[in-house]
Amino acid sequence: MEAHEEKPIIYTMENKPIVTCAGDQSLFTSLYTSLAQQLPKEPMEWRRSYGRAPKMIHLEANFVQFKEELLPKDGNKALLTFPFLHIYWTDCCDTEVYKASVKEDMQRWQNILRLHSSVDWLIVVVESDAKKKNKTNILPRTSIVDKIRNDFCNKQSDRCVVLSDPLKESSRSQESWSSFLTKLRTLLLMSFTKNLGRFEDDMRTLREKRTEPGWSFCDYFMVQEELAFVFEMLQQFEDALVQYDELDALFTQYVLNFGAGDGANWLGSFCAPVRSWNGLLLRRPIDMEKRELIQRGEASLLDLRSYLFSRQCTLLIFLQRPWEVTLRALELLHNCVQELRLLEVSVVPGALDCWVFLSCLEVLHRIEGCCDRSQLEANCSHTVGLWTYATEKLKSLGYLCGLVAENGPTSEDLNRTVDLLAGLGTERPETVNSMQSPYKKLKEALSSVEAFEKHYLELSHAAVEMYRAIGRMRSARLVGKSLAEFYMRKGDPERAEGFLEESLRLYVAEGWSLQVTHTRKQMAECQKLLRQTDDYLQTSALLAGDANLNQEERTHFCQEILSFASQPPGPSDQTVALSMAAFAQLRQLQFSPPGAVVHVGAALQLELRVRCLMPVAVHVGQLAATLHFSLEQGGARGRAGSSQRRPGQGPQGQGDGVVLFPQGSPLSGAGCSLTPALELYEMQDRSPSDSSLNSAGVVCKNVHLLLRRHDSNASLDTPTAGVLPAAVAVDDGAQMLRARDVTLQPGDNSILFTAPTGEPGSYTLRQLCGSVGRVQFVQSHIYPVVQYEVYSQEPQLTIEPLSDNLLAGIPQRVKFTIATGHYSIKKGDALQLSNTDSMPILHSSRCSATILSSTGGQLPSPHEHMGERALSIQSSEKVTSISLPPTPPYHTLEFQLEVLCHIPPAPLKLDSERLTNGEVRHRSKSRSHADSAMIHIDQKVSIDCPWSIYSTLISLTFYVPFKAKHTLLSAGRRKYIQVCLQNVSDSNFHLADPVLVERQPTTTVELLSLNAKRQQLVCSQQSLFCLWEMRWAKDLPPCLQCEFSASFVPISALDPPAAFKTYRYEFQLDRVSTLYSVKAEICPASGDKHCRTGTLCGLEVSITRQAEPSETEGEEEESTEIEGLKTTKLMYEVVDNSSNWAVCGKSSGVVSMPVAPSATHRVQMEVMPLFAGHLPFPNIKVFKYLPHSAAQVIQPDTDSCLENDNLSLLDKGLDDQGDTASIRSRGSVHSVGSGEQQREQQRGLPMPRLEPFSPGQVFNWTQGRQVLVLPATDDHVMEVNVT
Amino acid sequence: MAVCIAVIAKENYPLYIRSVPTQNELKFHYTVHTSLDVVEEKISAVGKAMADQRELYLGLLYPTEDYKVYGYVTNSKMFRKLHNSFTDVMCNPFYNPGDTIQSKAFDGMVSAMMVQAS
Repeated sequence: MEAHEEKPIIYTMENKPIVTCAGDQSLFTSLYTSLAQQLPKEPMEWRRSYGRAPKMIHLEANFVQFKEELLPKDGNKALLTFPFLHIYWTDCCDTEVYKASVKEDMQRWQNILRLHSSVDWLIVVVESDAKKKNKTNILPRTSIVDKIRNDFCNKQSDRCVVLSDPLKESSRSQESWSSFLTKLRTLLLMSFTKNLGRFEDDMRTLREKRTEPGWSFCDYFMVQEELAFVFEMLQQFEDALVQYDELDALFTQYVLNFGAGDGANWLGSFCAPVRSWNGLLLRRPIDMEKRELIQRGEASLLDLRSYLFSRQCTLLIFLQRPWEVTLRALELLHNCVQELRLLEVSVVPGALDCWVFLSCLEVLHRIEGCCDRSQLEANCSHTVGLWTYATEKLKSLGYLCGLVAENGPTSEDLNRTVDLLAGLGTERPETVNSMQSPYKKLKEALSSVEAFEKHYLELSHAAVEMYRAIGRMRSARLVGKSLAEFYMRKGDPERAEGFLEESLRLYVAEGWSLQVTHTRKQMAECQKLLRQTDDYLQTSALLAGDANLNQEERTHFCQEILSFASQPPGPSDQTVALSMAAFAQLRQLQFSPPGAVVHVGAALQLELRVRCLMPVAVHVGQLAATLHFSLEQGGARGRAGSSQRRPGQGPQGQGDGVVLFPQGSPLSGAGCSLTPALELYEMQDRSPSDSSLNSAGVVCKNVHLLLRRHDSNASLDTPTAGVLPAAVAVDDGAQMLRARDVTLQPGDNSILFTAPTGEPGSYTLRQLCGSVGRVQFVQSHIYPVVQYEVYSQEPQLTIEPLSDNLLAGIPQRVKFTIATGHYSIKKGDALQLSNTDSMPILHSSRCSATILSSTGGQLPSPHEHMGERALSIQSSEKVTSISLPPTPPYHTLEFQLEVLCHIPPAPLKLDSERLTNGEVRHRSKSRSHADSAMIHIDQKVSIDCPWSIYSTLISLTFYVPFKAKHTLLSAGRRKYIQVCLQNVSDSNFHLADPVLVERQPTTTVELLSLNAKRQQLVCSQQSLFCLWEMRWAKDLPPCLQCEFSASFVPISALDPPAAFKTYRYEFQLDRVSTLYSVKAEICPASGDKHCRTGTLCGLEVSITRQAEPSETEGEEEESTEIEGLKTTKLMYEVVDNSSNWAVCGKSSGVVSMPVAPSATHRVQMEVMPLFAGHLPFPNIKVFKYLPHSAAQVIQPDTDSCLENDNLSLLDKGLDDQGDTASIRSRGSVHSVGSGEQQREQQRGLPMPRLEPFSPGQVFNWTQGRQVLVLPATDDHVMEVNVT
Repeated sequence: MAVCIAVIAKENYPLYIRSVPTQNELKFHYTVHTSLDVVEEKISAVGKAMADQRELYLGLLYPTEDYKVYGYVTNSKMFRKLHNSFTDVMCNPFYNPGDTIQSKAFDGMVSAMMVQAS
């Protein structure tokens, strides 16, 4: 190829490694096309030094004609022009010809190569059959090749290859091609490895010399770039990029070291003032102009950086990594600005802005040039940084050149613009013809205010759009804010407002206080220009309370509000409502009284503690809290549900009427993006009847806050202190807490309110409103809920005893308590008590009432003494009237009265009811008092109160201090009556004059007192016994009605001795006379003088009729006539309950007693003493025996049967045990059959009945008698029972 | 050395932020706040790609002309120190999570990491 250029053009990317061709040029030309095509077809593995990974590589080559000039001279390190392989072509097959010319030519070629110590060569011998046939004296092919090998390749026989019939389509030809190409590739790679390795070694050596004086970065740059070029030439872009990155890092390090004070000489050339700022140029693969500047060591820092980056950019785009270009570009631009600053390079103001602006756009253009639209859109996040950077730079240029000022640029600005434009130079040839080049854009933007605005807005909006698209809202807002600043500068607040608002909302929502303050200040300016008075005042309020501002600024904004507020309102002007939050914070609220529950009309004070955020003292004309009134009147006193939250007992409350308002974090806005703290309270549900716990639970009070949606939009749009509350409605409620003319000092203030308590119900604080002239600061919600309750109470009368128990029969003091409630006792009001006979009211002339004022709520709070008033009591026959002193409502009136409850004659019937004075029916009920066995009387008092048309019934319980019991005692036929009087009260009494009389006196009976005449002391819980003997002349009446009476007086150390009162006790005695007497004798065994234990003794029982049954008694006793003889059946029974005796044999029986005086019946039985000593006689019991008669209609009911059973179960304990003979012998006849079976029989069969005699009807002579029992003779062991 | 150190709550408000020099505080606040965009982006990308692989290093977030903003880096000593100190603050029983950090110890540690500006 003779047409090849003399000098390879290295700035086209068509560079290929150079291979020279010597020898037969026409032969090579014929083969060139196929060779150039075939060479890159198959990849070869390139094994590399320094442990670098082997690579598959497609080789290409630039075949040029061999010339000696091509061979590098000593010291020339250029790699691009370096011939990597030299090939000698020949098709000589004639030995003669070879010897004559070819050999000589080859020799010359070899000598030249050797001279340049180039060892990468190859000799190609092309064979062709056609040529052979023409010649006759043909030597075998091998001979020529052998000759050549012999002559030139003394040890490297592979340096000579044969290419057979290269232009034919035969398999032999193909094979030959293939082996030739392999050889060629291998040799090429060998050459690369060897030469590049040598080059790299040299390069490293050069780099190591970088600390030596005189070392030049530019020189080194050229060397390493050579390597990069070769890699690029070999399509090894990655490796090429590495070379540039290394250069980049090296340079950066030098600049940093320079900044640290370790300067290198060569850096001086880069510190020259910047004269040209025409930006990056990325449209050429290699910017030769800049490269030459570097080569000459004349490049400025920007030149070097620009060139380096343009190379990196080219390689990255080859590597299909355009997004890395954008990232690196941004880094580069930032870096350059920093480096120039670090190296203290003098730069015309704005020049760098121009350079950055142009560069950004250039990079973006370059990227747009190699990507399609969809790719670009998907990778906004990579380009948006450059867009923003360009926007920023254009903006700062605009400000610099006076293009943003309202009045346009000044002449100074224009001069500056001209200087800047001069530094741009002329437009580069690549973009001269394109409509929109960065160069044209910048020039146009700087040309006029309008053009600048157009370009700036275009860029800004593009950046905002991109940020929006990729969801970088904060960045978008920041650009937006920058736009707002621009509009403000342009005097266009309308457009600025929206951007500022958006930004402010974001900062508030995310709680960035400095930004909030800054943006709010801009907002205030904007609103002031827009004459949005309300908004401006609200913003001013917020700024006046902003701790991020200094006192001066805050005072300024505060004055803005105050001066507006003090202006007289125009006719159409309304008051301006602002949010309270900016003005003041509620800290705490304290109720006094702390319960926050008061009666109607009572004084309730609220102390509100407010932190005023204003920097100066502010006079507030009126501070008012509207109240929401509800008639929810659960009768505040009656409401005791534990789940009810009282004000002041809330989560923050300490139970002392204090409500603490939660404080937002110092960052006013942060609070709203945070989730509020859980507010829980315990809930218990108790059964209304017995207040037992039904269920318990935990209730979350602020669910509505916690379960709010938390998506990002909601959190950004939450109305906050930064944004005005939608509508601050000032509710003109009728009920208000009001404080006038309050001056709020900066910081905490305390304001006292008097709460209206006119109507019963519950009052909830809703809004708080402070008026400063025309301005109102409104807090639309007060949280936590603050409420107090006002109740109304019905007047109430209670009467309670002064002592623990009221005693009947003695004057007792009772206390009357009137809680007036809402009723006011007027002069002339009186209590009308209905008099009763059983309970007269004893009033003295001196009687006074105490009036107490109840302060406060439900708790029985300490009463305040109001004074004593006289009380006048008039008593008529039926009514006792107590005139009450005038008492105001919600006071307590107390006085005491003495009453006396008469003791009704005992025994009292259970349901005795007595009507007293006709109209009122009062009931005296007596029941046996469980513990003290006291009888009590419920005495009802009917009282007419002045506040009610109904009578009040009040029950007083009196206790009878005594209990009486009577007993009939017999001694043979003589009868005695014993009365036992027991003092069951806690007091001591004197008793006198016990008297027993017959109620219907009969002449026949005389009662003879056997008692002492003196007064007797009866202490508490002690008894007095009185005894009377009954004497009678003729017959005893069957029934004797008696009345016992005794005088008593309580003994009291304090009171003077009172008059004696009488206690009466009535009772009745029936069947008094003795009917039978029972005698018993125990006879020792025959021949013995005394009874002995273990020996049977005889028991003789004789029952004697003492008197004929009277008529009445006869009726009761079942008498039968047997053979004309009238008899009564009796049953006797011998029982020994103390187990002293064993009754042997028959222990009971039925006898028929003739109805005749002194009729006697004797029964013999055997008993055995079980112990020695004086033993009491066994009991002998006598019952009426009523045999069953068929005529008896009434079937013996089970109860009576059981009763009989019970009677017969004499020795239950023993009975149950078992049936040993001895026990059985002691058991009774009836007791044997206590089993269920026998009981059934008893029920089924008609059975005789047993009936006991009344006490006194049977007299037992043996009662208390004892008999001496000697121990058995042979007993050596004596049992001693000590009990 | 750092010129500004900020600890940001997950709700994106600053728990702690300090910068030197102080006269540029506002600018730093703006920068830090804006870089949260990238934090969000990276965190959500991490959530998608490698949920189990918890990488706290977010790397370079937001390069500006003057400063570079780095996200929570655990693989450098500086950030490990910051992390440890932050953990200490969080372990303080009197610290209410979500409040701004006012710990003196944390402040001192941050100061040590900052440029000792004149």
